[in-house]
Amino acid sequence: MSQIHVTTKINGDETEFLCEPEDTLLDVLRDRLGLTGTKEGCGTGDCGACSVAVDGRLVCSCLMLGAEAEGREVATIEGMAKGDQLHPLQRKFIEMAALQCGICTPGILVAAQSLLERNPDPSEEEVRYWLAGNLCRCTGYDKIIRAVMETAADMRRAS
Amino acid sequence: MRYEAPLSVEDAVAALAGQSGAHVLAGGTDLLVKLRSEMIEPEVIVDIKRIDGMKDIRAEEGGWRIGAAVSGAEMSEHEALVADWPGVVEAAGLIGSTQVQGRATLAGNLCNASPAADSVPAMVAAGAVARIVGPNGTRDLAVIDVPQGPGKTALEPGEFIASILLPARGQRSGDAYLRFIPRTEMDIAVVGCGISLSLDEEDRVTAARVSLGAVGPKVMLVEKAAEAIKRRVLDEAALDDLAAACSKAATPIDDKRGTVDFRRHVAGVLARRAAVIAVNRAKGDTA
Amino acid sequence: MALDDTKKTRDFKVVGTRPDRPDGIDKVTGRARFGADMVLPGMLTGRILRSPHAHARIKRIDTSKAEALSGVKAVVTRADFGEVPADVADVMDNCMAGDKALYDGHAVAAVAASSPAVARKALKLIEVEYEVLPHVTDVDEAIKPDAPVLHEGRQQETVPGGMSANVIARSEFGHGDIEVGLKQADRVVERSYRTAATHQGYIEPHACLATMGPDGKADLWVCTQGHYMVRNTCAAILGMEQGQLRVTASEIGGGFGGKTVVFLEPVALMLARKSGRPVKMVMSRSEVLRATGPTSSTSIDVKIGMTKEGRITAGFAELRYQGGAYPGSPVDMGAMSGFAPYDLENVKTVGWDVVTNRPKAAAYRAPGAPMAAFAIESAIDEAARGFGLDPLEVRLMNGADEGTKASYGPTYPAIGLKATLEAAKSHPHWSAPLGENQGRGVACGFWFNFGGDTCVSLNITPDGTVTVSEGNPDIGGSRASMTMMAAEELGIPYDQVRTIIADTGSLGQNEVTDGSRVTFAVGLATIKAARAAKTEMCRRAAMVWGIDEEAVEWEDGAARPAGPNAGKFPPMTLKEIAAIASNTGGPIAGHHEVNAEGAGVSFATHMVDVELDPDTGSTKILRYTVFQDAGKAVHPSYVEGQFQGGAVQGIGWALNEEYIYGKDGILQNAGFLDYRIPVASDLPMIDTVILEIPNPGHPYGVRGVGETSIVPPLAAIANAVSAAAGVRMTQLPMSPPRVLAALQAQADG
Repeated sequence: MSQIHVTTKINGDETEFLCEPEDTLLDVLRDRLGLTGTKEGCGTGDCGACSVAVDGRLVCSCLMLGAEAEGREVATIEGMAKGDQLHPLQRKFIEMAALQCGICTPGILVAAQSLLERNPDPSEEEVRYWLAGNLCRCTGYDKIIRAVMETAADMRRAS
Repeated sequence: MRYEAPLSVEDAVAALAGQSGAHVLAGGTDLLVKLRSEMIEPEVIVDIKRIDGMKDIRAEEGGWRIGAAVSGAEMSEHEALVADWPGVVEAAGLIGSTQVQGRATLAGNLCNASPAADSVPAMVAAGAVARIVGPNGTRDLAVIDVPQGPGKTALEPGEFIASILLPARGQRSGDAYLRFIPRTEMDIAVVGCGISLSLDEEDRVTAARVSLGAVGPKVMLVEKAAEAIKRRVLDEAALDDLAAACSKAATPIDDKRGTVDFRRHVAGVLARRAAVIAVNRAKGDTA
Repeated sequence: MALDDTKKTRDFKVVGTRPDRPDGIDKVTGRARFGADMVLPGMLTGRILRSPHAHARIKRIDTSKAEALSGVKAVVTRADFGEVPADVADVMDNCMAGDKALYDGHAVAAVAASSPAVARKALKLIEVEYEVLPHVTDVDEAIKPDAPVLHEGRQQETVPGGMSANVIARSEFGHGDIEVGLKQADRVVERSYRTAATHQGYIEPHACLATMGPDGKADLWVCTQGHYMVRNTCAAILGMEQGQLRVTASEIGGGFGGKTVVFLEPVALMLARKSGRPVKMVMSRSEVLRATGPTSSTSIDVKIGMTKEGRITAGFAELRYQGGAYPGSPVDMGAMSGFAPYDLENVKTVGWDVVTNRPKAAAYRAPGAPMAAFAIESAIDEAARGFGLDPLEVRLMNGADEGTKASYGPTYPAIGLKATLEAAKSHPHWSAPLGENQGRGVACGFWFNFGGDTCVSLNITPDGTVTVSEGNPDIGGSRASMTMMAAEELGIPYDQVRTIIADTGSLGQNEVTDGSRVTFAVGLATIKAARAAKTEMCRRAAMVWGIDEEAVEWEDGAARPAGPNAGKFPPMTLKEIAAIASNTGGPIAGHHEVNAEGAGVSFATHMVDVELDPDTGSTKILRYTVFQDAGKAVHPSYVEGQFQGGAVQGIGWALNEEYIYGKDGILQNAGFLDYRIPVASDLPMIDTVILEIPNPGHPYGVRGVGETSIVPPLAAIANAVSAAAGVRMTQLPMSPPRVLAALQAQADG
């Protein structure tokens, strides 16, 4: 078994890694690069805890091979805050108690950020459907949906 | 296991040739699940996304040729494609989550050969044709003929689907796909129904293709359902006949997702609802 | 000292506000470390081989080929553990099968290897010879005299002779005379109900990382609801002294009761012992569903007698819960809780604990109660509607109050049931109009709430900030709540206190995070620890001032002379006292250790509107409101979060979630694709109304809030669906095929 050399960009940083052909991007992030903010809840694309953006497109990192990251740009939860400046979604999630245990939170934040980049003024229904692939078992989603909607409103006001 | 990402169809065919354990990777949303669960243990995975044209949506003969690696999200962002084949695009858009939409492809959904694949009934109704490449060259095969049973396709060893052609959308015609799932998202279809039809100036159906998913070992084209509505205005009586034909054609099983009786009944319900949407689209309603 | 324990109303400064949670930034940035996020140098990957059979005798296990594989450092089977103490024998067998595999997914062997790939390969090299036995997974089938038997000799004396050995125990609760009560009724509703097994569905799979030196000292990092429980159980299984095993709780990605027992942990420790290397084990989602602890599936018969005015004259329920492969289903909790919201003269419940070839049930949020409430609240609803009575009025008429003798024995102190019903009655939701195919349902729910063993240590740092060490994993924001209660008690700002979850080496015994006990019990201990620290700080101030310590009181974060006779001294703040602590006797701390009692029961009323699609049987939740007594809401946002989360888990249970076993006894939906928990687009906002009827057993009046919220939804939704459908739904989940079949049967007359 020979490892594959991959050159990619993660959260804006040029990154090289070696991985096994069967390693998923999630395996690489967590086990080879120490980026454990991306979580594994199912490994089958059914829970969204492993959400990352690849070339700006929201994907489940458990459904992508690490080798496929060659030449791509990957954005994970670790890149969401700029230094000590939290992203407005991150701030709002804390403020509005939109998390309990926190295991789904990174994936939901990455997914919500992807939504707001495309649609700065989503309806409640649009937020709910966009996030349907991000399972949360603690909150019943209420405060999450509210936090995303309020962040969108704040960001619209600020822009 | 090896991973290869060839840059040409020829190289991909070569990589696949003679490898009994070779698997094609496009969106990977089915392949990686099988890999993880050890359902498959490939010798080599051939990633076709870097091959020229695989990520393209191109106009062709009045229709659209969709590369094998085009994701559902990319299709739904293509306005002209959505305008012509909203049912197919919506069907593809029902597969999995937003995240899965970022990767999953029509060709992959077809090759997975699940009887419940959402995009397949829509493609069948549309009369879509798969372009297959392989060691013996290129051939075209109607989408309806690709699946041969659960998990089985008509592809020969070394072959893969390079693109899907959606034919020209005629005047006063429209398509729709509906499925039933227990939740509002994230489920596999319990029943799926695709309809594509054309109307004359009096709103009579001049041509129709009706398909059903998840009610048999593979997606089926229900010709009797199409016959039931041809030359008719889709009034209540016609819709009843359509629904009855679909319920009758369904040959479902009891499983964890639904019962025989439920699927038969809902096949008719969905056909009726999808037909109404398709008719409205044919009349020019863009909703 | 003026520490008034009896003062019922006080002006809270911190409690009742909504500060940011202390773990918030870590959790929104990906920094928080959960079970699978820890690594150690030289770490191996541990994996488990699981039974593909529902019931099989294990005739032989040959691990030699796996052991010979390069990279394999240890292989473990049940034989490695030898005899274990009787009180952990079932836990042991559930973690690693003994003579028999008792369910699909039961662990039979484990490996530790240098990589996941090697571990996977090694599992395939383990040869297990099974003798497949007949199996039973259904509770009513398992009770039949000719059912396949899981265990011989486990039946308790409470079970009458002649029943299947799968029937482990019978329990009975109640008072009065059912037959007399039924005679007084104008109508008797008699129905049978069934509920499917559901899983807690926490998003974080079980994970742990174990190390053990040749001297037997071990460390374990684990996601659990109770690391003290993990320590005690693992120590017993591995024959260790508890003090030699230090367990640290990771952040926990949901538990809901499912992480109150061990699965991987003893195996990881044994692999670490055998390999001499750290071993990390992480379950896959399918392992979580196949082999951890879902809740019981149940079969329940109810008989309710009611007068035409709505008075319940008799309430009877017989409850059969299968608890999986080992004794101990939560049937007693169901039997005790089902009628608990009502003041009844004649009430009786009988519970049957049954074993089947399924994974052993673990606790799931108010374990046992939701199913009983589903059956009983459905029957009450049917009786009330049968007379055309308002279901809220009927519940108010029969509702329990202070002084009511509960159906399970005790007499209630001040409780909040009627407050929730009154709030529901006056809420706009109750009078909102309904459209076609829509229905509204209400139901009540009860949970006991626990106290239990609790230790808290509160330390004053030299700069006058405060650290609180407690021993209960924070599953819903409890670090925030403890921090708030400490700040409240000490009279200092919230951000001057930091609460941590201490490892098992740092505190005495702590009961697991269960029974909605933490905000109550750990809060109580935190307040008492803060009071101990205050007493000490008053003593230090008295020493400085040269007056009696009784002449010093604590107010607004400072020691003050108590009254004019104590002398005139300016207040000495916590910071000032901390700064001179070294000169006044040394560091200042407070601690409290208690087996907390007086948890204070909790009640809720839920109201839900649904709309049915009559063509497909599909149910949409349109509107949902939770009314629940919190005693005192320490952090109202997190209280609301508990209400909302429990309601939505209940929605899943009511509509779509179920364990589906094939005829072969194999679980057919071991993944989030077909084990269908609610997704965001399934739901409306979940409205909440917090009632505050102070718990007399807590200094601030706090009651646990975590579990009650999952008790009413099953029945509330069943009542709403039944109203919309015009036909009574008696089986969960109310999946579309089931609802459609009921609608069609109704139409066919």
